[in-house]
Amino acid sequence: MMVPLFSSKLLIVLLFGTLFGLILGVLPGLGPTTGGALILPFTMTLDPLSAIVLLTSIYCAGTYGGAITAVLINTPGTPAAAATCLDGYPLAQKGEAGRALGMATVSSTVGGIFSVIVLVFFAPVLAKLAYEFGQPEYFALAIFGLTMLASIGEGSPIKNLIAGAFGILISTIGKDFMTSIDRFTYGINELSVGIGFIPVVVGLFAISEMLTQSTLLDQVFKRVALKAVKLPSLDDYKKTWKTILRSSGIGSFIGVLPAEGGTVASLIGYSEAKRFSKEPEKFGKGSIEGIAGAEAANNAATGGAMVPTLALGIPGSATTAVILTGLIIHGVRPGPDLFREQPDFLYGIFGAMLIANVLFFIFGFFGAKLFARITLVPNKILWPMIFAVSVCGTYSLSQSIIDVWIMLFFGVLGFFMRRFGFSVVPVIIGLILGELVEGTLRQSLVIFDGNWLMFLTRPIALTFFILSFIALAFPLLRSKKQKK
Amino acid sequence: MNNVHNKKRANKSLPFFFKDEFKVFFVIIFFSTILLISTFTFDKVPPILNRGIQPATFPKGLLVLIMFLTTIIYYLSFKNPWKKEKKLPKPFFLTILSFILFVIISKTLDFFLAISVLSIFVSYNWGEKRVFYLLLVGIIFPLVVFIFFEMILSLRFPPGIITNLYYY
Repeated sequence: MMVPLFSSKLLIVLLFGTLFGLILGVLPGLGPTTGGALILPFTMTLDPLSAIVLLTSIYCAGTYGGAITAVLINTPGTPAAAATCLDGYPLAQKGEAGRALGMATVSSTVGGIFSVIVLVFFAPVLAKLAYEFGQPEYFALAIFGLTMLASIGEGSPIKNLIAGAFGILISTIGKDFMTSIDRFTYGINELSVGIGFIPVVVGLFAISEMLTQSTLLDQVFKRVALKAVKLPSLDDYKKTWKTILRSSGIGSFIGVLPAEGGTVASLIGYSEAKRFSKEPEKFGKGSIEGIAGAEAANNAATGGAMVPTLALGIPGSATTAVILTGLIIHGVRPGPDLFREQPDFLYGIFGAMLIANVLFFIFGFFGAKLFARITLVPNKILWPMIFAVSVCGTYSLSQSIIDVWIMLFFGVLGFFMRRFGFSVVPVIIGLILGELVEGTLRQSLVIFDGNWLMFLTRPIALTFFILSFIALAFPLLRSKKQKK
Repeated sequence: MNNVHNKKRANKSLPFFFKDEFKVFFVIIFFSTILLISTFTFDKVPPILNRGIQPATFPKGLLVLIMFLTTIIYYLSFKNPWKKEKKLPKPFFLTILSFILFVIISKTLDFFLAISVLSIFVSYNWGEKRVFYLLLVGIIFPLVVFIFFEMILSLRFPPGIITNLYYY
């Protein structure tokens, strides 16, 4: 069967997703994760492929869109574009905003396409490997995915682990899937089916961000004028091609690691660009290599992060956690069986990501000036509108007002979590992986007749436990070393 | 610059129960303890039907882990006090108040009336005083959202004094 990638419906979805992703990326505080969470309820009206194509195109374009605000108003539209501010804004202040955005556009596109190629070749290999996995191996893998939360870009490692454990705890609310015994329901009927992903995701990302914005009303953005986006000169290409390729590789690799993502990738891509540069002293003052290093890496992380998401069902980043939620609510279970049973579906996603990268290049090149104007929409108009969409979107899924209360509860909780240094991303990842962790643990114990030590007799599981230990120890040792 | 300075100043001078570290520690431990106690009320599976572990064991383990990790971050905060956060501004509390209003109005009067009231309330308190824009966020936009969900997505909203005018 041919992948219906060029059907008019999918192309419209792709165009809309890319445009919407760019708009989200441009708006500080939104970005592809919050945007994906907002659009998630609407995808229920689409078929699974269109829904995931929509989410992935938002992911690709949104990651690039963050660079526009990073260059023009010195505020990253997405956390992944934070490193782009360091050189993008100084270059814009020198009157070279068009050149900075041109480099960001080209390097983002190259990084994005490079990572899709990595995804196409690497995801099936990883999926084949996953055929060797039984319940104990999946349990160990899920634990590895969760321990990677400790080294996630923002927040302290221990706080991230607390947030991840809290996410798993939320997944235990409702009827126990093995025995149908109620847990944490307290006689509330609506809770016996558990807490849905969407109210939690929308609450933690969109509503908590709305509360954050309410504390930042005195913030004034100064926008640098943009006449037109310019393609980098031949000299710029000569200077940056190695950086772009290196950062594309770094970004793809970082993206593959569970729970890491574009933010970490761009910071490493940027610092490596500086390390290899012949002019490191220019970094932070408007270096074109700095923009290339950060932007190629953060967009390369998009394809990389899709590798564990599709092959193993372990999200590679915050936005892929939302995409994974989309897959699950559409009844698509990621993992090796997906590669065997639905290759058309997967190649549809790969193709869509490739096209999305080309589309955002075109839109970014010709429309950056227009997208930059979106930053002029004041928060006092924008956020009440986002609230209306969040509430209706959350309600629409199961037509339950309880879901709306849950969304508001998690919005307030998410705000205070972020205020006190707890990232909300681990909560989502914990919630997604919760059932996998508990289910595989309990089934493994049935297989092992209750003997926990039997986990250590399985080589793959043991490898993941060792990796988990390293993933836990590394950030703790790093922070200790930094303090010294 | 002042804000940056305020944020970097550690809150060493406050009594321990006023510090953010203690507040966070207390809240997490308090709620975890309540949840942990409630896990003892979960039904048990008879040994003959039990596969692996009891349904309460996994959440119990998680809650103990959360309490253990929370104790560690509190202990570590003695050596490295957290940065003092800025006081929350008035618009934040007004936004929280608008959420409460939303819950009350949507429960008692109407879902869309609640969205309109919240939108106008938030927009006004965040600094928007122009009537046209208040009407845009409070009436025109919710109306567009209603039409989109009702007509395109065929969604039926909960009954209420305004929504009923459309449905009946």
